[in-house]
Amino acid sequence: MDFYSFLIQLLNGVQYGLLLFLVASGLTLVFGIMGIINLAHGSFYMVGAYLAFSLAGLTGNLFTALPLGIGVSVLLGFALEWLFYRHLYARDHLYQVLMTYGLILVFEELRSIIWGDDVHGVAVPDLLSASLPLTDNLSYPVYRLAMSGVCLLIAGGLYGLIKKTRLGMMIRAGSSNREMAEALGVNIKRVYTVVFALGVALAAFAGMIAAPVSSVYPNMGAQVLIICFVVVVIGGIGSVWGALLAAILIGLTDTFGKVLLPDYAGMSTYILMALVLLWRPEGLFKR
Amino acid sequence: MSEPLLEARGIHSYYGASHILHGVDFRIDRGETIGLMGRNGMGKTTLIRSLLGHLRPRAGSVKVRGLDVTQAAPYRIARLGLAYVPEGRGIFPNLTVRENLIMAARAGLDGRCDWTYERILDTFPRLAERLANGGGELSGGEQQMLTIGRALMTNPQLLILDEATEGLAPLIARDIWTIIRGIRDSGIATVIVDKNYGAVIGLADRCMVMVKGRAVFDDVAEKLSGDVVQKYLGV
Repeated sequence: MDFYSFLIQLLNGVQYGLLLFLVASGLTLVFGIMGIINLAHGSFYMVGAYLAFSLAGLTGNLFTALPLGIGVSVLLGFALEWLFYRHLYARDHLYQVLMTYGLILVFEELRSIIWGDDVHGVAVPDLLSASLPLTDNLSYPVYRLAMSGVCLLIAGGLYGLIKKTRLGMMIRAGSSNREMAEALGVNIKRVYTVVFALGVALAAFAGMIAAPVSSVYPNMGAQVLIICFVVVVIGGIGSVWGALLAAILIGLTDTFGKVLLPDYAGMSTYILMALVLLWRPEGLFKR
Repeated sequence: MSEPLLEARGIHSYYGASHILHGVDFRIDRGETIGLMGRNGMGKTTLIRSLLGHLRPRAGSVKVRGLDVTQAAPYRIARLGLAYVPEGRGIFPNLTVRENLIMAARAGLDGRCDWTYERILDTFPRLAERLANGGGELSGGEQQMLTIGRALMTNPQLLILDEATEGLAPLIARDIWTIIRGIRDSGIATVIVDKNYGAVIGLADRCMVMVKGRAVFDDVAEKLSGDVVQKYLGV
């Protein structure tokens, strides 16, 4: 593999990893803080992609679709938490798995009713549709670079939110000792609602920006969900930084696996998970 | 008689099927100091958790300044000016010392901010040296100072201290007692639970002794006779 091919795969791997991080960060936060195993998390990714498809069609541009889609997904998050998830915090994982699996079926059915079962595409915005020429016959799409950039910005924002703001301190305090946080006047239920809506919005946003490169199709959440659970387990449950590192590791392993060992590519990420868990059973970042 | 700061009547609390509190009355006025006494397992912590909304009483009522909070969420009760230093301290080990303090900061009910971050650090210079340390990295005495400082950051009208000196070296415990006395003298009402009965009686205006989920003595500290102490506290 020459340098430029390597560079392209490296950028692809990092971009894929960062996208996974957006989805996995919400999954690990909701799992780590509220103790919810949320199988429906992949559905939020799918909802985001379909929202991008509809709203970009409606407004004519992905850029205008994004803020609208974020607004819709935050509202969806608040509604779902209020209607379903808050009743499950104290329940056994089995109930959580049953309900959230049920939600997957509901989301797929709604998707089929609203959007049908066809595969759709979303146009890359004109502003980002160019490619950067690397050699005479190799180039790299600007849109993918922009995706990575946006994901990094969001990762930075998430870091700031959790490490620097009082809301972040309350989130961490509540995850360590809920009763004590409440005794200090923290409305932990509202904190949970906000965290859940944030997780939904992150997953949906990932689906929105991924729509132009991955296209929009039924069941697209399922594959992402599985790989995101791998990310959460490798990173250490509840650790956002673990999720970031694990997501990039997975992105690179998957991308280079497909190039270097195409026959075994389907297994590469799971082999990585097995190795990490043999080395560190609690994941890279134990909480 | 003025309206009590906190008043509970006929509290019955359970842990699962175990009936822990059998109709306990509790009252504290503004600025008052109450020593809550009793051997282990007599219901002191259960009473505190029932007052603060962490444990929902099956019968009875809790009022803060006349407002019924029996069914209120714990965070709402806390925001009415009640602060809690729990047994075992309840430090957030995953937050730094600074974050433990900042996350709790709140103006008092009347909008006053007598206890600021700066004043807490003046009061507890040991904490000022360890701001960037994780809460879990502190010594027992430092953790206790942090818990008390954190409670004061909410500018409370009532501070409940459950076994604040437990497990501390005598010299450190003495420091903590000095701090508690200072808090009491600043006009904050306090409920003190501690094994050091002498120190509690020395600070308290009134003492309440609990035996098996009932209050068997509730009167001014001076009336706490040697007999009562001998019989119910076993010293």
